[in-house]
Formats: sequence, structure tokens, C-alpha cells
Amino acid sequence: MSPNLFALLPEIVLTIAGVLVMVAEPLLPAQSSRKPLGWLAILGTALSAVAAFIQHRAVDAAGAPMMGFYRTIQIDNLSVFFHLLIASIVLVVLLASLDYFEGPVSHAGEYYALLCFGATGMMLMSCSVELLMVFIGLEISSISTYILAGFRKGQATASESALKYFLLGSFATAFTLYGIALAFGATGSTSIAVLATMLHSSNTPLIARLAVAMMLIGMGFKVSAAPFHVWTPDVYQGAPSPVVAMMSTAPKAAVYAVLLRLLFNGAPQLRGEWLVLIQFFAVLSMFIGNLGALLQKDVKRMLAYSSIAHAGYLLTAFASFQQDAVAAACFYTAAYASMNVGAFLVLTQLTGYNENLRTLNDYTGVARKRPLLSALLGFFLLSMIGIPFTAGFFAKFYAFSAALRGGFSWLVILGLLNSGFACFYYLRLLIALYSSPASEIAEPSSTRPSIAATLALAACALATVGLGIMPGRLLHLLQRSAPITLQEQPGNSASLQ
Amino acid sequence: MVPISYYLILAAILFCVGIAAFLIKRNVITVFMSIELMLNAVNLTFVAFSHRWHQISGQIFVFFVMVVAAAEAAVGLAIIIALFRARQTLNIDQVDLMKN
Repeated sequence: MSPNLFALLPEIVLTIAGVLVMVAEPLLPAQSSRKPLGWLAILGTALSAVAAFIQHRAVDAAGAPMMGFYRTIQIDNLSVFFHLLIASIVLVVLLASLDYFEGPVSHAGEYYALLCFGATGMMLMSCSVELLMVFIGLEISSISTYILAGFRKGQATASESALKYFLLGSFATAFTLYGIALAFGATGSTSIAVLATMLHSSNTPLIARLAVAMMLIGMGFKVSAAPFHVWTPDVYQGAPSPVVAMMSTAPKAAVYAVLLRLLFNGAPQLRGEWLVLIQFFAVLSMFIGNLGALLQKDVKRMLAYSSIAHAGYLLTAFASFQQDAVAAACFYTAAYASMNVGAFLVLTQLTGYNENLRTLNDYTGVARKRPLLSALLGFFLLSMIGIPFTAGFFAKFYAFSAALRGGFSWLVILGLLNSGFACFYYLRLLIALYSSPASEIAEPSSTRPSIAATLALAACALATVGLGIMPGRLLHLLQRSAPITLQEQPGNSASLQ
Repeated sequence: MVPISYYLILAAILFCVGIAAFLIKRNVITVFMSIELMLNAVNLTFVAFSHRWHQISGQIFVFFVMVVAAAEAAVGLAIIIALFRARQTLNIDQVDLMKN
């Protein structure tokens, strides 16, 4: 197989699956179930994960990253990790939404195809080392998620959520693009490898710094870091729960992959400048996320603010400039994905398509009717608090210890303080689930989760437990992938010790 | 010959006008147009820098930006139509169903 095709194999497989779903959709009779299309998408996603694993074996055998398409695509362990993460998130979400769209929705086929296309864009982002490819990947993933956010067509909140996501997302893209244009102006290239050698010695240092700042602002929007978080609660509230499970984890993971490459690989010499911005984002995200969540009555809005706070915790890992900072950030994306996807999939099962449970009051006493699902939701919430032996604990532990090693103890103290605040609102939901119901409560959906959905929930729970009990395996793998990210940076021995 | 800085300053002004319009304007279509204005400012910057570095890659980037902007416009207008059907309004201040 040609090296170019091999470099993009997971993306190609997913694109083919998405196109097949789109082609097959109008061939099915109008009233028939769209489940076979869902299984086709699941097959495509699983195959693309296998393709990513084959790439991993090949990279390990070669001992060096592989390049494709004129050095715009780089396959290394970092990109393989994010490929596998994105594929698993999409796979789990697909499994859980097979039944979600049964019945009231006639256009479920498009949903499966859009998830495949979105995943393609995210994977493309995580393996590109050229800002043009990053931009294209970002747009493929964004445009698909804009549509997915408004998928419950009948509801007014759905189109409102899609509109807000679309307007603010494109606004952010314009910032990223202006940053790329300025980086091109400062160095004459948009390749991250060239940026690494040229950006700090550019004869227009102001433009170079402005370029990094603009790109950071654009990416900050995408990972919903404060002060660019305003869209998050509204979008998460109006979008369908399984879509929120996907878009609160997978696109963010892809953007973190780009940030790691851009900051650690492309602009290590400007670390003094970008670190100030990152710390500002981190501290503000933790405070706004946690304090905002305290004020929310709607559960999805509360989880949206919690995802802002988690973006803040993750960004603290960037404070260290070592391999374990990259490993900690990657570990955090995986841990956050396992518990957040899990939590939103439980909400999907509890509330059904119409989402009749919304506020904390509605969730009061749900544990009596759906004990297993409530226990699972409680477990994911405990993991988000960071109780030991869950994924959330080690994610925070590694992120904070990376910051500590970078010499930013004040950042760690603020982070720990915030984890304390966070207990309050997670526990409030947990207590509501298990307290006796108020007089008039909305009924949770009574349909039993299908086998596929049970499988998806079990996978999330297993991942959360697994990362909490045996974090070392993944971390070891990630540390092995980190040097490849950190290589080719001249004259950084001082900060690397 | 017009110096390159003129183009860059014009692009920066256009970008700022786009940001200001995005934040101030109240009609959804106008807000959407201000995003397009920002993208065009980016395109101008790319072309100017492409001339400065004598590199064609900046101009190629512009084509990609235009293609993506077209795709975004298709999705964006569809979303705006869906919103108008649901709410009978294009005023962004009235799109506020989701306050806690």
C-alpha cells in the first residue's frame, strides 16, 4: 500500500463508511428502521480503529514517525492514541444512539453519516502537522457537529442551540484562521516543523506572538475554555444527549492534540508568552466552570459548566514542559471522555428522546425507578469529583503533578481548591437522585436499555474503572509517544532540565 | 507600488469591523455576514503575505478558505431557516429560550 494511503487509512475507512450510509439511506423504504445504517457506521468506526492500531504497530516497528502527503500528515504514537480515542468515543455513542432515533426521527441515517464525517475531521486534526490540514480537519468536524447539535428538528431549543454553536464556532474559526495567516506572514510557511525553527527568530516578532495568541483564542473557543465558554451551556442544553456526549469529548480531544503539537512542537521558544495565556485560561476556566455549575438548576447545563472546569484542570498540565505533561494531558482527555460520555449516555437512557427530565427537581428520586442507571450515573459523577480508584482521580493527579514539576504550585493549589468546590454540585445531583421524590415529578423513561446501549454503558464504566485502577499501562504508552512530539526542538535543554 | 503594510492594515481593520459587527448587530443574517467579512480579511492577509514571501502556498490557502466558507454558509443558512421556522424571528435577542 502506498505510504500516503496508509497514513490516512483510518480517515479513509471512516469516509467510505459515511458515504455508504448516505448512499444507502434513500434506498431504504421510508418507514423502515434505520438501524442497519447504524450498524454499518459502527462497522466503519470499528474498522478505522483497527486501521489506527495497524498504524501503531507499523510506527513501533519503524521506530520513527511516518510522514505522508508531502510531510503534512504525521503518524506517530500521539496521533494513533487520539485516533483510537476518537474512534472509541464515536463507537460508543453510535451504539447508544441506535435506539435513541428509533420512531420519531425519519432522518436517522444522516445522523450516523454525520458522526462518521465528524470523526474523520477530528482524526485528521490529530495527525496533521500542517496548519492548512488542521484547518480543514477542524472545519470538517465543526460543520458536522453544528448540524448534529440541532438534530431534534421539531424543538425550538434545538435550532437555537445549533445557531449559537454555529455562530460562535465560525467566529472562533475566523480567529484561528487569522492566527494561521499571521504565522504564515511571520515565517513564510504553515508547516509546524518550519514554525518551530522560524517563529522565534522572525524579523516581525510582534506578528509571530500575535499569531500564536490568535490561534490559542480560536482553539480556546473549541475546547470551551473560559473566557470563551459562553456558548457551552446553551448548546449542551439544546442538543440531543448522545450528541453532547460526543461533542463534549471527541472534538475537544482533537483540539488538544493540535494544541500539544502547536505549542510543544511548533512554538517551544515562545513558551514564556503562551504559558501566560494558558495559565490565564486555566484559572479562569476552573473558577467560572465550578462557580457557574453551582448556580445551575438544569442538569445538562450543570454538566456543561463542569466540562468548562475540566478544560481548566487539563490546561494546568501544559504548565510543565516535559514528556509527562504531554502524557498527563492525553491521559486527561481519555479519562474525561470515559466518564463524561458515560454520564451523558445515562442521561440519554433516563430521559429518552423528548428529554422530559431537565432540572435537579426532576431527577429527585429517580433512583427508586431506575436503580441501576442511577448507580451508574452516581459512579461517573464520583469519578468527575476525583474519588480515588476512578479515572478522574488519576487524571487530576497527573495533571496537577505535571504542573507541580513545572514549578507552578499556586496553580495546583487553585486547582485543588476548585476540586473542592466541584464536590458540592456533583454531590447535590447524587443526593437528589437518591432522596425521596417530591410530590409532582416527571417520569423517567421506562424503556429498558437495549443490548447495544448496555454494551456502550458498560464500556464507559469499564474504561473509567480501568483507568482508575491501572493508569500505569496507558500512561507508560503515552510517555513513550511523547518524545516524538517533543523532538526537534533546538536549544531547549534548559527547560527540559 | 503600494507597500504591503497597507494591505495588512486594511485587513486588520476589516477583521476588527467584522468582530465589532458580530458583537453589535442584532439580525442573525447580519451577524453571519460579519463572520464572512472576517474570513475575507484573513484572505486578504494571506494574499498580501503570499506576495511578500513570493510563495504560492498562501494563495492556495485562500482557495481552501473560500471553499470551506461556502460549505459553512450552506449549513449556516439552513440552520437560520430552521430557526426562523421554529421562532418566526431573526432577532438574536429574541433567541433566548435557554436561560436557567
